[in-house]
Parts: sequence; C-alpha cells; structure tokens
Amino acid sequence: LAGYLARRLWQFIPTLLGVVVLVFLLFNWVGGDPAYMLAGKIPNPERIEAIRQALGVDQPYWVQLWIFLKQIATGDFGASWSTNERVSQIFLTRLGPSLTVLIPLLLISTLLAMAAAMLVAYYRGSLTDRAVMVACTVGQSISILVYILAFQYVLAYQLGWFPVQGWGSTLGENLLRFAALPILVGVVVSLAPDIRLYRSFFLEEINQDYVRTARAKGLGEGRVLWLHVLRNAAIPITTNVMSQIPGLLAGAFLIERFFSIPGIGREVILAVERSDFPVIKAVTVYVAIATMAINLASDLLYKALDPRVQLK
Amino acid sequence: MNPWLLAWRRFARDRMGVVSLSVVLAFVALAAASAAGLVARNWSEEVGVSYAPPRFLKQEITLEAKRTAVVQTQDDHGITDPLAAELAEIHAILTTPSKEGAKSQTLVFGADKWGRDVIRKVIKGSETSIVVGLAAAALATLLGALFGALAGYRGGWVDDLFNWLYSVFTSIPYLLLVLAIAAVLDQKGIVTVILILGLTGWTGIFRLIRAEYLKHKVREYVLAADAVGASDARRMFAHILPNVSHVVLVQLSLHVVLFIKAEVILSFLGFGVGVDTVSWGSMLAEAPSELILGMWWQIAAATAAMALVVTAFSLFTDAVRDALDPRLA
Repeated sequence: LAGYLARRLWQFIPTLLGVVVLVFLLFNWVGGDPAYMLAGKIPNPERIEAIRQALGVDQPYWVQLWIFLKQIATGDFGASWSTNERVSQIFLTRLGPSLTVLIPLLLISTLLAMAAAMLVAYYRGSLTDRAVMVACTVGQSISILVYILAFQYVLAYQLGWFPVQGWGSTLGENLLRFAALPILVGVVVSLAPDIRLYRSFFLEEINQDYVRTARAKGLGEGRVLWLHVLRNAAIPITTNVMSQIPGLLAGAFLIERFFSIPGIGREVILAVERSDFPVIKAVTVYVAIATMAINLASDLLYKALDPRVQLK
Repeated sequence: MNPWLLAWRRFARDRMGVVSLSVVLAFVALAAASAAGLVARNWSEEVGVSYAPPRFLKQEITLEAKRTAVVQTQDDHGITDPLAAELAEIHAILTTPSKEGAKSQTLVFGADKWGRDVIRKVIKGSETSIVVGLAAAALATLLGALFGALAGYRGGWVDDLFNWLYSVFTSIPYLLLVLAIAAVLDQKGIVTVILILGLTGWTGIFRLIRAEYLKHKVREYVLAADAVGASDARRMFAHILPNVSHVVLVQLSLHVVLFIKAEVILSFLGFGVGVDTVSWGSMLAEAPSELILGMWWQIAAATAAMALVVTAFSLFTDAVRDALDPRLA
C-alpha cells in the first residue's frame, strides 16, 4: 500500500503541473494585461507601469510562472483585486458556510436516492418503475435555476416558511434556519440523476449469480435486496458520492448566490463577475488539488470496501 | 443485413423513442425556421404594453391598477415628494390611451418588461439553445473521438500525452473551468459559448472511445486489415470507427443535453450570449424581478420549452442507445 500511495502521489506532479500551466496560460496569456483593468477608467502610463511592476507582469513569462508556483506552494496568492482581502483569508472564511450546506445535502440526497432507487429496482419493469423513471427524466430536464427560483419564490417569499436569504453567525442557526431551504433545493435537484444512476447499479447487481444463490436458498426478496444487493451496490455508489464532492464545492455556486450564503461558490461567481483573477486562480488550483486527493481517497475506499480490487 | 437498418427497425418499434424523435425534429425545424428568419424575426419589437398578461388570464392583473396603486402609496410617510408633480406628469403620459393604443394590452402568452412577445422570445431562445447544443456537442465529440482514437490506437507516448491532458482537464470541476475561461475571455456571443463548451467538454467521450480503440485494435479484423497493407489512418477510421460509431452517436446526443443546460446557466449568469440574442438563460435572468411582481409567464414559458426539448432529447438518447446496443435491452 505504501508503494501504491507513493506512486499515486508521484503521479500527481505532472497533472498538477498541467493544471498550473493551463491556469497560467489562461490568465497570464489569454487574459491580457491586468494592469489596464486595475488602473481604472482613465489610466495614465506611470500608474500602469507601477501596477505591472507590483504584479510582476513586466517580467518574462518564465519568471511569472515561477512566481505563480511560489504562490501555490506558500498558499499566498496576495490580495483580491477588488476587495483587497487576502485570498487565503477568503478561503478560510468561506469554507465553513459551504460545508454547512454541502455535508447535510450530500448525506440526505444520497440516503433518499438509495431508498428510492431500491424501491424502483424492486418494482422493476412495473408501471411504478416507469413512472418514476419518466418523472426523473423530466425533473432532470428542468434547469437548476428554475428549481431555485421556484422554491425561493413559493416556499420562502409567498409562504414564508423559510428566510428568503441570509446567513447567521452560529452553526445551529445557520444549519436549521438559513441552510434548510438551500439544502432542500439541492436534494431535490440531485435526486433525479442519482435515482437513475443508483437504480442501474442495483439492477446490475440483481442479475448476478450470488443473488440467484441467495434467492435459491430461500431468502425473501427484501432480505436479498437490503442485505446482499445493497452491500455490493454500495461500492459504485460510494465512488459516485465521492466524485461529486469537488464539483459541489465550486458547483453549488448557484445555490450559494441565490441564498446569499457566503461560501466558496458565491466567491467564485463574484470573482468571475469582477474579473478578480487572483481569487479565480487560487480557487481553480486548490479545487484541482482537492479533486486529485479525493480521487485517491476514493480509490483507497474502494479497496477497503471490495477486497477483490487490486491497486495497481 | 445492414446493421444501421436493423438498429433503425429496433428504434422504430420503440414508441417513446419515435415520439421523442418527432419532438426533437420539430424543435430543430423551428430553430431552423427561426434562424432563416421565417418565424420570430421581429422578436425584439415591443408589441405589447410592459408586462402585458397572457390572454387566457382574466383581466385581474391590470397594469393600470398597479400603476395607480404605486402612485397613491408614494407619500404615505408624510414626506412631501419633491418629484410629485413630475411623476404625475409622467404618469399622465404613460396612461394616455393614444400612446398605448398601438400596443396590445394582452398577448397570447404575455410580454416581458419591454412589452416583447414571450412566445417569440421562447422560439428565438430555442434557436440559441439548439444551435449551441448541437455545435458544441459536435465539436466536443469530434475532439474526444479523435483524441481517443489516437490515444487508444497508438498507445505509447501519444497515449500518455492524451491521458495527461485528460487528467489535467478532469482535475478542475467542469463548471469552474468553464467559468474561469469565460472570465478570462470576457467576450460574449454564441460562438464563444460553443468554443468554451466544446473545447472543455471532450473528456468523457475521450475516455470511452479510447477504451473502445484499445479493445478493437487487437481484434482479428484489424489485424487482417494490417496484413493486407491498410495504413494506420485507414485502420483507425475506415475499419475501427464504424464499429465504435454507436458509442460516438450516443455520446453526441448525451452531450447536446449537457451543453443546452450549461448554456442556460452561462447565459443566466451573463457570461453566455450577448444582449442582442435571446436565450432561455437570459429569459430566466429576468425572472427574479418579475416573480416579485407576480409576473410568472416568462419563466413558465422558458421552463416549459426547455423541459420539453431536454426531456425529448434525453428519451431519444435512451432509445438510440437501446436500438444500437441490443445487449442492453
């Protein structure tokens, strides 16, 4: 295992370098000269020159790349261009709210989707199964934007069951009051694709030999499904849940934006709207590192869940 | 018998598939007609009054009532409004029937803030979505299939190179990558959206096609082609490609849906199409302020159109997959 870990970590290096070069090319080469953007509406040449020197963009490209690498290693990306807040500070303070929404969201949606998928897998081929599948397809075809707008308008604005948006200062208040509706929206949105996927995982297992054996020795269908099929299907489901985490971290930005949750996703949107390159660069690189780490963890978990898996 | 004909026969037996194909074709035809200027050409014309309600609603929400209500509640805090006289004047001009006479009070499915017909906007939006979806999916599939074929067939350093590129692109969450590129380009328009989505969305197709090529390149028919002196390019594209084309086709169709949804989000956030183009996303962007006033028809129309197209496309994809891969059925 130690050898495997070392090899995997070694393989991180070229990928990470690739991400760094890609981000660098995007922002330092395609993005053009940031000095003109920062200098304001009426730039004068001295000011532009001063900004260029401060940012290091007057240096040759390889020096700039070196600066970027140093920034990644030290975690010091300097200050945001628009708010002057330290980028590292932005990260630390925005992670909490993001996780407050994400962790319950993932837990609830995974459990609900597994239960529903098991149900339709049990009634496979029946009218219930087909109806749920069509409902999932239709549900999936509606943009997440519409879910957010509709839930926010009806449940929060019209009925007043939830606050329309906002964020408090204590974890309990945030979790129960402000995060409730965002979590509900997130769960509803992720249910449809998850049910479809998990149903296919269950159906794949149902046709296996061990299921036939279990049935042959007289186990009831419920026992077969909940004990035997579930344990085996849990492996691809775990991988799927793990693989969703990095995307959600940055991808929950629509939810965070609409409900004014001061998380990482909202920060990304704000940064993109303000062309705040240091923040976008930092988020992209660190989320990429997190993704690679999660992929590795997911492979290790896979091995732990399924002893047949050989790590190469 | 020709396998494509067989697949088509299987497809034609699938009722859901045929219905979804007809819906897809109808929308493609609508988009083509709209692009050719046959329908919805004058979508930007302000044909109705601002927020003209749909015709099937009873005249409960008359704008007249709303406007007078606004004027009356203006100074209920006991503060004299210094602009009262001007506002009254503006109000008088706005409510003069002669000015409004040319514009209709109701439209079939209502109007937006500027009095533009919602139905025409939805048709124009369908054109945008379908053009972006098809073109971006075509680009992504082309890249993914080409890279996958090269990597899988060649192996060695070519494989390593493309695998590296793949791991780099998949390390960054898709929407984050798309947003980062949108931030850098700072340039709106249909072509930009197509390029962003197409150039970043090839990874899934690449992985599948690469696996197919790895499997096929050692099959006997390919070895036989090698023995009779077929060139590498010929083996890759004339021999193997037809045998993996069902994967390509299903992926193409799958990605159309993916990109239609991505375009809506991009345009909603203001990084997608420009202001002179309608997209379902830019229609949804107008919805928050409309909903507060109780004007639900624009979001309803855009959502309904999008749900119809995307559902039809998804069901069509499922049917195509079933028809092309009889093992799954």
